[in-house]
Amino acid sequence: MQTDVLKKVPVREQEAKVRAANFEEVCLGYDKEEAMCEAGRCINCKNAQCIKGCPVAINIPGFIEKVKEGDIAAAYQIISESSALPAVCGRVCPQESQCEGKCIRGIKGEPISIGKLERFVADWARENGIKPEGAKEKKGKKVAVIGSGPSGLTCAGDLAKMGYDVTIFEALHEPGGVLVYGIPEFRLPKRDVVEKEIENVKSLGVKIETNVVIGKSVTIDELLSEEGFSAVFIGSGAGLPKFMGIPGEQANGVFSANEYLTRSNLMKAFDEDSNTPIMRGRKVAVVGGGNVAMDAARTALRLGAEVHIVYRRSEEELPARVEEVHHAKEEGIIFDLLTNPTEILEDENGWVCGMKCVRMELGEPDASGRRRPVVIEGSEFTMEVDTVIMSLGTSPNPLISSTTEGLEVNKYQCIVADEEFGRTTKEGVYAGGDAVTGAATVILAMGAGKAAARGIDEYLSK
Amino acid sequence: MYKILKAEELTANIYLMVVEAPRVAGSCQPGQFVIVRTDADGERIPLTICDYDRESGTVTIVVQVVGAATRMMCRLKTGDSFHDFVGPLGRPSDFVSEDIESLRKKKILFVAGGLGTAPVYPQVKWLHERGVDADVIMGAKTKDLLIMEEEMKAVAGNLYVTTDDGSYGRSGMVTKVIDDLITDEGKSYDVCVAIGPMIMMKFVCLTTAKYNLPTVVSMNPIMVDGTGMCGACRLTVDGEVKFACVDGPEFDGHKVDFDQAMKRQQIYKTEEGRAFLKAQEGDTHHGGCGNCGGND
Repeated sequence: MQTDVLKKVPVREQEAKVRAANFEEVCLGYDKEEAMCEAGRCINCKNAQCIKGCPVAINIPGFIEKVKEGDIAAAYQIISESSALPAVCGRVCPQESQCEGKCIRGIKGEPISIGKLERFVADWARENGIKPEGAKEKKGKKVAVIGSGPSGLTCAGDLAKMGYDVTIFEALHEPGGVLVYGIPEFRLPKRDVVEKEIENVKSLGVKIETNVVIGKSVTIDELLSEEGFSAVFIGSGAGLPKFMGIPGEQANGVFSANEYLTRSNLMKAFDEDSNTPIMRGRKVAVVGGGNVAMDAARTALRLGAEVHIVYRRSEEELPARVEEVHHAKEEGIIFDLLTNPTEILEDENGWVCGMKCVRMELGEPDASGRRRPVVIEGSEFTMEVDTVIMSLGTSPNPLISSTTEGLEVNKYQCIVADEEFGRTTKEGVYAGGDAVTGAATVILAMGAGKAAARGIDEYLSK
Repeated sequence: MYKILKAEELTANIYLMVVEAPRVAGSCQPGQFVIVRTDADGERIPLTICDYDRESGTVTIVVQVVGAATRMMCRLKTGDSFHDFVGPLGRPSDFVSEDIESLRKKKILFVAGGLGTAPVYPQVKWLHERGVDADVIMGAKTKDLLIMEEEMKAVAGNLYVTTDDGSYGRSGMVTKVIDDLITDEGKSYDVCVAIGPMIMMKFVCLTTAKYNLPTVVSMNPIMVDGTGMCGACRLTVDGEVKFACVDGPEFDGHKVDFDQAMKRQQIYKTEEGRAFLKAQEGDTHHGGCGNCGGND
């Protein structure tokens, strides 16, 4: 296979027109030959910048060297030292702003396709039945992990590898957190990828108890005092969806992206045979510009709607991964940028029939460093829509903080925890992921889960 | 899996089940609810807790067949299991954390409509066990739809049973009984707790407002996760958006926007109806629901 050394080996994808009507995975990934060819572009920097860009510090040149040699099993073990969920990360990490963003190859040409290589290695390992290596010695101490999303699975996996007896408590009926309820099938297949990675974590000895709502079914204090746990990690995730506070938001046909995606992903409402209903809108407006907004928009498109992304800033400020925006456009999502809703209109029966919006322009930078959107006078217009999906982020769920004595939260109600080890204000209790930072990415949550595993190990080794 | 130790038909289409769920039984309080799934593909159904036994680790629920998912649920027999049973969800009733002495001085009126009898029962029982005897109005459309009368009689102070059609007990709606008790029978109350269909709770609130009687209602909107994640259950209380699953389910009834809440309950009516017909008719479903062309 001959390639231009300045360019990535292209990755195969389902054609945009075809995939816009199905829920199968969009990106098909590299085969071994393509992966080895792409790995050949890596110049194996001594002072590898890519590792610094990775929140879980995977030895990236190390695993790529093994791919180059065709020793994929060895490459997998190198990744597994740092990441419990490589098949997930290879698919959902914002590589362009992390590892690939720092790649030296990227200065003159395209960076190495690190994400696609990671995905290939993880998929190959799964198809060939290779599992991560577990602990050789048991520590004889129990640790409770709250939430089975990216931070919880990572923390649990790392602790199990160190020899701790770990139990994960999950509030929903299925483990995986946002990987299961939030990210759609076409971006992250559930049965073949998520379930298998969770099985890998279980194969390290981690137990998962579903249907347990910490703070309700049992409290953290009870876990520590009555159930014999020596430490607790809180990775309970984001929380209550935000709404805009504009008139008409309680109309029938206005949903939070969380609800819409949970119905489709966790409850499989996209499947006609599912018992859980979902609105199949004719014309849908998704308000927001993050990854969750892209996921909701592309789900609605696949359910048969004409879909508009309504975002108040410009394309440059879209917080979503570049690949998601690119895929969304290819599939036919219409981007109404510099547009902000002011009111949702309802018909005589209380159903959404339109959305009043204003046009925006960018003014001076605000506190976030992004240019503040300002309303253009007299620009009001009405979009005709029958469904509105609000994707404006979340605010933390108070279930745990309000039922745990001595656990401090900040002014945004996020749990206070230090970055180095995830230590909270309560002894033996650690936290990380969205519960601490507010809505962020899978990989940042995993980084926090990792840091907390080190913190818990240090605490319990004292 | 959560084993069903007893499944019993109370009356046509209403079933009582005693379920083994030690974590829920160990921590639940009056006013809270659970979410149940029948099988691995089942819908998440929120149900109120009707009774619980901390010693034996069991929780009692009462289910009425209203759609495809509850129909599947009610087919389960003693010895079968639920796939999922999570809780307790929501906040306990306010009185649970009130000073028991001041509570003993209060005159409390419960109003239970139809299936609402099930969640009212553990509240009245909790109070009874602490020496507080509350009056209870129990209403149903007709005699055959009354449930748990004997159980309620054992824990209530005065029990007033009424049927809309006069086939049993007093005759007329629960709101009429409230009026009769307060205006004709010299009763006075400090607080009212009303649980039943939304339309009933709305009219109870309109009635109690006339007497300045503070009224608590338990809202049962559409829910998915039940832990504050999806926002499907949002409703407007005193002009503010609240999530029934984490802020409720009990609210000050005089401040709830019932018209909006009832409208929001209709969101999936056609989709649900469609699923119900499809489940009932199986392969023979040819679009009788009026919303689809059969299985395509």
